[in-house]
Amino acid sequence: MDEKNRKENRKGLMVQVRGLRFLRGSNVIFDGVDLDIRRGQVTAIMGPSGTGKTTLLRLLGGQLRPDSGTILVDGEEVPRLSRKQLYRLRQRMGMLFQSGALFTDLNVFENVAFPLREHTALPEPIIRDLVLIKLQAVGLRGTAPMMPAELSGGMARRVALARAIALDPMMIMYDEPFTGQDPTSKGVIVQLVRLLNDALGMTSIIVSHDVNETAAIADYIYLISEGRVVGQGTPDALRRDPSPWVDQFLNALPDGPVPFHYPAPDYAEDLLAGADFG
Amino acid sequence: MGFIVGWIRFLGRRGLRFFARLGRGHLFLLNLLAALPSLLPRPGLVVRELYSTGVRSMSIIVVSGLFVGMVLGLQGYNTLSRFGAAESLGALVALSLVRELGPVITALLFMGRAGTSLTAEIGLMKATEQLSGMEMMAVDPVKRIMAPRFVAAFLAMPLLAAIFSAVGVLGGYFVGVGLLGVDSGVFWSQMQANVGWRPDIVNGVIKSAVFGIVVAWIAVFEGYDAVPTSEGVSRATTRTVVNGALAVLALDFVLTALMYGAG
Repeated sequence: MDEKNRKENRKGLMVQVRGLRFLRGSNVIFDGVDLDIRRGQVTAIMGPSGTGKTTLLRLLGGQLRPDSGTILVDGEEVPRLSRKQLYRLRQRMGMLFQSGALFTDLNVFENVAFPLREHTALPEPIIRDLVLIKLQAVGLRGTAPMMPAELSGGMARRVALARAIALDPMMIMYDEPFTGQDPTSKGVIVQLVRLLNDALGMTSIIVSHDVNETAAIADYIYLISEGRVVGQGTPDALRRDPSPWVDQFLNALPDGPVPFHYPAPDYAEDLLAGADFG
Repeated sequence: MGFIVGWIRFLGRRGLRFFARLGRGHLFLLNLLAALPSLLPRPGLVVRELYSTGVRSMSIIVVSGLFVGMVLGLQGYNTLSRFGAAESLGALVALSLVRELGPVITALLFMGRAGTSLTAEIGLMKATEQLSGMEMMAVDPVKRIMAPRFVAAFLAMPLLAAIFSAVGVLGGYFVGVGLLGVDSGVFWSQMQANVGWRPDIVNGVIKSAVFGIVVAWIAVFEGYDAVPTSEGVSRATTRTVVNGALAVLALDFVLTALMYGAG
């Protein structure tokens, strides 16, 4: 990555990915993926299940290293960072896991206070106020003394969101934030993602396969399938895209470039062969 | 021919997997040791774990120690009285407990009570992405989660072994003096005369400290290395018990040979 690109990256782009290639064993997960994620925007990365969307977030967060290609986050080349540099960068990033990943032995208050206690030397009254402010922002101040096991799935995700924004990160990554939520919880999270992004001046990256919810709040969408970007643009532009990949995904068609049937031997031969799958 | 090649391949695969795990385990231990200084400014983390691994193991240690001591009292009295040496019961009970049974049985019980719980807890934290979440919050799980548990288990083991031995002696006293009629003064004086500070007490403490390191290392590593599924955590917990028990018994032989082998 030359100096010119780095400067541009620092100015307008929060994330720049070029020629990303990543393999799991002999399985190619990404093969030449390019992405630009602009500062202050909500960018969605969408695609069918199993296309490596979560893997992409782990690559951006430095939890995985690519086989080749560059990943710049806020001007820093993530795969080349030392552990110490990576941890410094991560203090400016937040991540909301699909499961919420709340610490089950700590109550809601302690969960949100966790990053503040680990990374700051703030006095206890300030930590208390900050935690209550973050919980108020997600509408769950009243749950402060509760344990994670007492929360519904949607509430747990909102608490995790409060924890992710505890240190006022520059960027937040959402891993399937809408999956498994009832319509009300889904609506609340959709609103929160957009509101927090704009109110806190963050950059948001949402990995999701929920088309309507994601398209409602995203400024830009990347569609990924079979290890490469098969479509990109604003939600409106993407809806007009004639690509069969985009058409199949956005309109939830059961068959298309992503076939209904997983590759298998001939059906009749398979039935007659009587092979044991145990 | 194909069968033999298949067997060699199978053995090779198992061997490679075994040595890869062994290597990962040792690298993990180095990471753990390197993380220990980070605990100095935060002793509260260790104290909290000391409570959950050590204090909560007390009941099983005390009850087991009492019964083992009582059995030693019975068996020892029966054997010694055949040679007219029943007055040596105090020495026999104390030496058996301090040198051997205290450290070994405590390690095995501690493995079953606290080791499995450590493995399952860490494995589940991995399966529910809590460790990943911590990493993404720029907090090193080895420093924050593993190291305090490792140190706490290491500190708890010698203390629990000492409690086990002390309660065992009381159990032996109860049976020997209370039920079988050995003289109380003889029981204690024989013990005092025959149990040495350096060869018995210190060696017992060294044994239990070594077992503590091994038990803590295996339990924490198995949790960290667990496949993040329910089956993976269950297998890791089983491995903790099996590998831990084998390691403790094998090390007990090595340590006993080093400490008392030359007579």
